[in-house]
Amino acid sequence: MSNIALIATLLVIMALAYHLGLTRSRAVAAENDVRMHSRPGYYGVLVALWCGLPALVLFLLWSFLAPQLIEMLVTHQLPHELVASMSGRELETTLRRISALAEGRGVAGGGSVQELAAAGHMARLHTYENLSLVALMAVLVVAGLTYAKRHISPQWRARNQVERVITFALAACSAVAIFTTVGIVLSMLGEALKFFSFISPAEFFLGTTWNPRFNTAGSSAQGEFGLLPLLWGTMMVSAIALLVAIPIGLMTAIYMAEYAPRWLRNIAKPVIEVLAGIPTIVYGFFALIVIGPFLSSVGDVIGINIRTTSALTAGLVMGIMIIPFVSSLSDDIITQVPKSLRDGALGLGATKSETIRQVVLPAALPGIVGAFLLAASRAIGETMIVVLAAGNNPVLHGNPFEAVSTITVTIVNQLTGDMDFASPQSLVAFALGLTLFVITLGLNVIALVVVRKYRQQYE
Amino acid sequence: MSITIEQRRQHRLMTIEKSLAKRHRKETRFRRVGLAAVTTGMALVIILFASILARGVPAFWQSTVYTDVYFDPEVIQLDEKPRREDGENQLAFDERYGAWLTQASLINWQSLIDSAMEEALGVSVESRQLRDLRALLASGERFALRDQFIEKPSLLGQTVEVKLLASANVDVWIKGNIDRSLPDARQQLSPQTREWADRLSDEGIIENAFSTSLFLNTDSRSSPASAGLAGAFMGSLFMMMVVILLSVPIGVASAVYLEEFAPQNRLTDLIEININNLAAVPSIVFGLLGASIFIGYFGLPLSAPVVGGLVLTLMTLPTIIITTRASLRSIPPSIRQAALGIGASKVQTVFHHVLPLALPGILTGSILGIAQALGETAPLLLIGMNAFVANVPGTPLEQSTALPVQIYLWQGNELRNFFEARTSAAIIVLLGLMLSLNALAIWLRKKFETRW
Repeated sequence: MSNIALIATLLVIMALAYHLGLTRSRAVAAENDVRMHSRPGYYGVLVALWCGLPALVLFLLWSFLAPQLIEMLVTHQLPHELVASMSGRELETTLRRISALAEGRGVAGGGSVQELAAAGHMARLHTYENLSLVALMAVLVVAGLTYAKRHISPQWRARNQVERVITFALAACSAVAIFTTVGIVLSMLGEALKFFSFISPAEFFLGTTWNPRFNTAGSSAQGEFGLLPLLWGTMMVSAIALLVAIPIGLMTAIYMAEYAPRWLRNIAKPVIEVLAGIPTIVYGFFALIVIGPFLSSVGDVIGINIRTTSALTAGLVMGIMIIPFVSSLSDDIITQVPKSLRDGALGLGATKSETIRQVVLPAALPGIVGAFLLAASRAIGETMIVVLAAGNNPVLHGNPFEAVSTITVTIVNQLTGDMDFASPQSLVAFALGLTLFVITLGLNVIALVVVRKYRQQYE
Repeated sequence: MSITIEQRRQHRLMTIEKSLAKRHRKETRFRRVGLAAVTTGMALVIILFASILARGVPAFWQSTVYTDVYFDPEVIQLDEKPRREDGENQLAFDERYGAWLTQASLINWQSLIDSAMEEALGVSVESRQLRDLRALLASGERFALRDQFIEKPSLLGQTVEVKLLASANVDVWIKGNIDRSLPDARQQLSPQTREWADRLSDEGIIENAFSTSLFLNTDSRSSPASAGLAGAFMGSLFMMMVVILLSVPIGVASAVYLEEFAPQNRLTDLIEININNLAAVPSIVFGLLGASIFIGYFGLPLSAPVVGGLVLTLMTLPTIIITTRASLRSIPPSIRQAALGIGASKVQTVFHHVLPLALPGILTGSILGIAQALGETAPLLLIGMNAFVANVPGTPLEQSTALPVQIYLWQGNELRNFFEARTSAAIIVLLGLMLSLNALAIWLRKKFETRW
């Protein structure tokens, strides 16, 4: 039976169990002429849970463990000297061929005698496995059902038990966030460590040349993996982006918070926030066909050679992208500055702009700096704009009119195309990802701490 | 001579007035700079949309050839279309039908098109000019003709007006997206083809018709004029299904737990910090996670919408959790106290009273999160969704691409002149979807806005 059919059957049985619990609890109530502890629905749910939950858990565990167990048994059954003669990779391929044969799909070359025997073995094991899973689940369903049905009584605290299960399920959901972080860190750390077994960390972090030659079959040419040109490119693009976004964003926030009449605020705020919702691939394309050629022709007019795809193009467009980010964060923070501070300054005869520059902004400064840091971390992690508009030229140079390459671009380049997770050429993507993760994480943590501290100050 | 008190007063007043004027000028200047910043922001939005629309809207219309095709019985030598007889089982019928299809695909459909075009141009083309003639039409159109016939075999022996797509180069030429004065060596089309294209266009045989293929076809390598978005659209749809099914329930559940049930301890603190950090992790890092865990470790298929959906789910979760928590927090405690006061349990209070009241906010946040996921590109590149796929995926496990990735693929196509417009058109479709999602969110917020 296929897994989906199995789960569907289980769900149907649970629905029936719910109904059973419901009617049974009503019957018990009528029989004994007492008030039950909980409302009938809770008995229904509890019976359904007793009936389905253990089977479901079994099913999940089974689907994780059984394939590995079968693989182990099949490997065991293969001739020992054959297994010993194969590397891990070869063994994996053989096993994949065997399972293809077991499922009745053909393989290239038809499969050797041993493989065919193993496949037969595997197919048998699969049948046993399926049958025993179904049998075990049936036993659990029946046992759960009888136990729960028998327990329906006015004293049974159905509601409390159901609620305990619900709370547990909610808590389990919020653990997903932790698992995600752990997953990110572990996966990247694991692959990055593999990479560092090829290339020393010193070479990676201090190298000034980026030239990862692609592994052609047979040749073990390793190329150079120096992070610095990429890091420099990333910093250059992000710096340009911040130079665009910070003045415009901050002035927008000040104007919106302090000067703008209500009607303008109502129009301008949503319009500018549209910029935040546009997919970055669209910005990349915009950079490529509008901003790049425009900058290039401006360069021609004033006599500077500006490439269409350059750090400037990418930075400029990325700046546009993070304007709403800077402006809405700063807006929040500026409006949080207490009115009494403003009133004090205005009462002493300061003009509005003086109040803003000399009282409001200094008071809001920590929060605003936090907002800038968050914007910077977003700029550093941004991918599609730089993939399209930065030109991909991983060389250390200081000219913003030339093409550069960034960490994110390089991750994309190294991991698209053929995916051989064993060569340093693709493993380096994980080392780069880890670097990126650490940098942005650092910036985010500092920013969040600063913003939170600042909030407390005025609360 | 001594200065009188009066004079000194005068002098002081003048200084103050002068400095006041200066300060007021400064004030105006500061204000203007602020206004300029706001205007710049709004202008950028307008420029962005205007340039995309200007480039993309024309691509919704495409050069199409309307011509009479004679379904020549001499060329189409085909048995009658098989019908399922009584008592015949499905398998046997499929076999017969398959054989008939094979037979149909062996027919020289191209020759029908060739003669139809000769007819339209009023010329008889020698074999060495055939290339020029065929360059007028998209190369896959013979299959379109075949499918039309298979659908309706009664066309045999008739002359019918059909609609065929002009080739990408002809489209570019007629729309004037290429410099017509370029020398022959740098033109994609031969002088003969260009002349024919112009003539057909003048006669109204080639017309600019609404391009249904953009919406109905999948991406195509051999015949760019018929490349469409259907495959990418389905891929995006499947991914969004996965995202909605997973991220909304899990996100809402964890927000409810953290906001309503969680004890204040180290662990919940840790979860909270975690969620805030995840919200700011670069999207490409999630792509790395997907590549190494879902594909490398769990062995899920490369390029499958289900993997993309899982990665996007993990990305969307923090957004949904954070907005849901804010929405729960805005429900006043009196509601909870009232429910608890009449004997509801904590769970009942939350699920029967707080959650329904918070629903508008939760929906708004979820829609915004999903809209963000819809436009995400970078992580999808890392899990192989940029592979070329020529079929519409039927299940979330089949290879597929997605709308933003299709944009990425098209912008990099070597047929620049043609695909620039097509990319913009795809962007318009994507932006249209995103803006309608956003509008839906705003409408929901407005509709259910409550002030406590």
